[in-house]
Amino acid sequence: MIADPIALGLKKGWDVRDASKLDRDLHLEADVVIVGTGAGGGTAAEILSLAGLKVVMVETGALLSSSDFHMLEREAYPQMYQESGNRQTKDKGITILQGRTVGGSTTVNWTSSFRTPLRTLEYWRNNFGLADYTPEALSPYFALMERRLNVAPWAVPPNENNAILKRGAAKLGIPTGIVPRNVKGCWNLGYCGLGCPTNAKQSMLVTTIPGALERGATLITHCRAQRFTMSGDSVSGLVCEALDATGLRSTPYSVTISAKTYVAAGGSINTPALLLRSDIPNPHRRLGVRTFLHPVAISAAVMPNVVNGFSGAPQTVYSDHFLETAPFDGPIGYKLEVPPIYPLLYGSITQGFGDKHARLLDDMPNKEVMIALLRDGFNDRSEGGSVELRHDHSPQLDYPIDPYVWDGLRRSLLTMAEIQFAAGATSVMPIHESAWPYTSWEQARAQIAELPMELLLMRVVSAHVMGGCAMGSDEHTAVVDGKGRHHQVGNLFVFDGSVFPTSIGANPQLSIYGVVSRNANLLASAMTGKTFTPALL
Amino acid sequence: MSRLLSRRELIKTGIGGVAVLVLANCARSNKAAISPFADPSYPYNILSSADRAMIAAVGGAMLAGALPTEPAARAAALVEVVRGVDVAAAGLTPSPQGELQQLFGLLSFPLTRGFATGIWSSWSDAPPSDVVKFLENWRFSNVMLFKTAYQALHTIVMASWYGNNVSWAQIGYPGPPRIG
Repeated sequence: MIADPIALGLKKGWDVRDASKLDRDLHLEADVVIVGTGAGGGTAAEILSLAGLKVVMVETGALLSSSDFHMLEREAYPQMYQESGNRQTKDKGITILQGRTVGGSTTVNWTSSFRTPLRTLEYWRNNFGLADYTPEALSPYFALMERRLNVAPWAVPPNENNAILKRGAAKLGIPTGIVPRNVKGCWNLGYCGLGCPTNAKQSMLVTTIPGALERGATLITHCRAQRFTMSGDSVSGLVCEALDATGLRSTPYSVTISAKTYVAAGGSINTPALLLRSDIPNPHRRLGVRTFLHPVAISAAVMPNVVNGFSGAPQTVYSDHFLETAPFDGPIGYKLEVPPIYPLLYGSITQGFGDKHARLLDDMPNKEVMIALLRDGFNDRSEGGSVELRHDHSPQLDYPIDPYVWDGLRRSLLTMAEIQFAAGATSVMPIHESAWPYTSWEQARAQIAELPMELLLMRVVSAHVMGGCAMGSDEHTAVVDGKGRHHQVGNLFVFDGSVFPTSIGANPQLSIYGVVSRNANLLASAMTGKTFTPALL
Repeated sequence: MSRLLSRRELIKTGIGGVAVLVLANCARSNKAAISPFADPSYPYNILSSADRAMIAAVGGAMLAGALPTEPAARAAALVEVVRGVDVAAAGLTPSPQGELQQLFGLLSFPLTRGFATGIWSSWSDAPPSDVVKFLENWRFSNVMLFKTAYQALHTIVMASWYGNNVSWAQIGYPGPPRIG
């Protein structure tokens, strides 16, 4: 029997409220209210609680923990993902995997933990006035969070799905690396994406959120932040809707919270939407724009040997070769990784239908799948998308795929096919409605060159939403400053991936942890008059 | 799921204009009386009985080659698919759920079904080759609305089937490991 730290904490008397059980309105007061409990909100909650501040965390999703995690897609996607794992951009061209549960995406991600690439920081310093964003200044905060979350390069041999990336790339002289992961005592099961059933993944759910609750923080679940109320040029309150137990629909009851400081940490779609609903000053129309996705292309191979891509740590080998050799002013660069191969996900992304589709699904244990994550936002041909509100005030991301990204998607399909054949694949198939399994690199090269790069033919997905409340020194081009403070509203902070002025060029969780731990420490110092160092934890 | 059938888009597609749209909107109240998918042990959240017959026909074509071939087993598997679609649709927030219901309404109401898909018989009588033809047309349609609708159907049907453990033996997936 695996001990469930959440069940134990609740027994000990953590202040966790489920808003779906309310039978009247609720009002709370705090020093700081944090909207969202993902990488940003969880990190901020622990740091601010440790500083002695009274913190309230607001979460739309449910509090689920290891005893609820059964490694079943059909349970996990509806329970823990935005739109059951099928959140889509406005034109439906990109499907977005994003968490919606206590711990946010950290509860369901694949544990890859990279520091922000040096070139990305350099670009921010040069283009957005973020002079403090030097590797030297941030390094203590990355180190702090790496210790807190037990981040280390994966020491166990990679599973075969990852090993194929390593072998194929090596044959072509393309360097690869081992992914650092935030796990402790990992069982190497392979189901990180469905919630870790053994509590090995050091997500916010089992680290900083319990840390904050131990120090007297309050967590309200099934509670959707609707808007900030303003008084002059400060936020005076947060108005939330209590949701029903499904988390889909509002109940008649509201939750209002008054605090000295307000932190938005709902991620790069929900945070800009919350601010858009709130009459927050937006004088230069920067709110919600420049939202980035690391658009992903997918290549599936059939191997002569058993791969079992559903088994073993899902993401342990990567290559930055096509980022490092790509100048920002040239064609878009991409990072190579692999995803886990789960039946629902694989069945629903694979093109076609009927017998052809069924035959593509046969022998799933012999399938190898590779992904390329495109580094968007570093070039004036790559402006990303923008968050809008629908008629019902729910958010929607409009991300038209531009020719610059289409070109990168095609080039990445070529790269992946070449690597898969080099590793011994008997066939390679891009995930694209007009593609079929190609049996040689020569055939693949010729066919991929001809594939129409068109909406809803080429499958594009994303698991990384970034930007929309960009930080920068100039209020004409940025929403918040380098400390995460809103340029026009002094007691409003944004502590999540929406502050990134470009995409990251790597899986973003550790970038969020590092930037937010810095900014939350600065906020704690400002609010308490004490000085905190990165040794705080 | 798909954003479908804003009034402007439907007119743009030239499949019959406002009158068709109005009829489609009536479709959800025009429930077919008889359906093999009416087991009271599973109360449907979203799908009307007409929707269920439609999903069964679409699912049967989409999953040809994946579903069991023995008739009783195939019928039972289709019930699982239809219920899975209902559960998935019920799990969406109001805006995408509303779009999906509009799609189901369009496909379930005979007149709009006929105009949009070319299938003029009822779903339960539709020749499988006609269903395949309509899906293939939508998949590669120049009309973005149909392309989007195809992808919505593909995603929800495939997710329903491959999320269900009854599909796993065929693809060689052993299921998750047992722990503790």
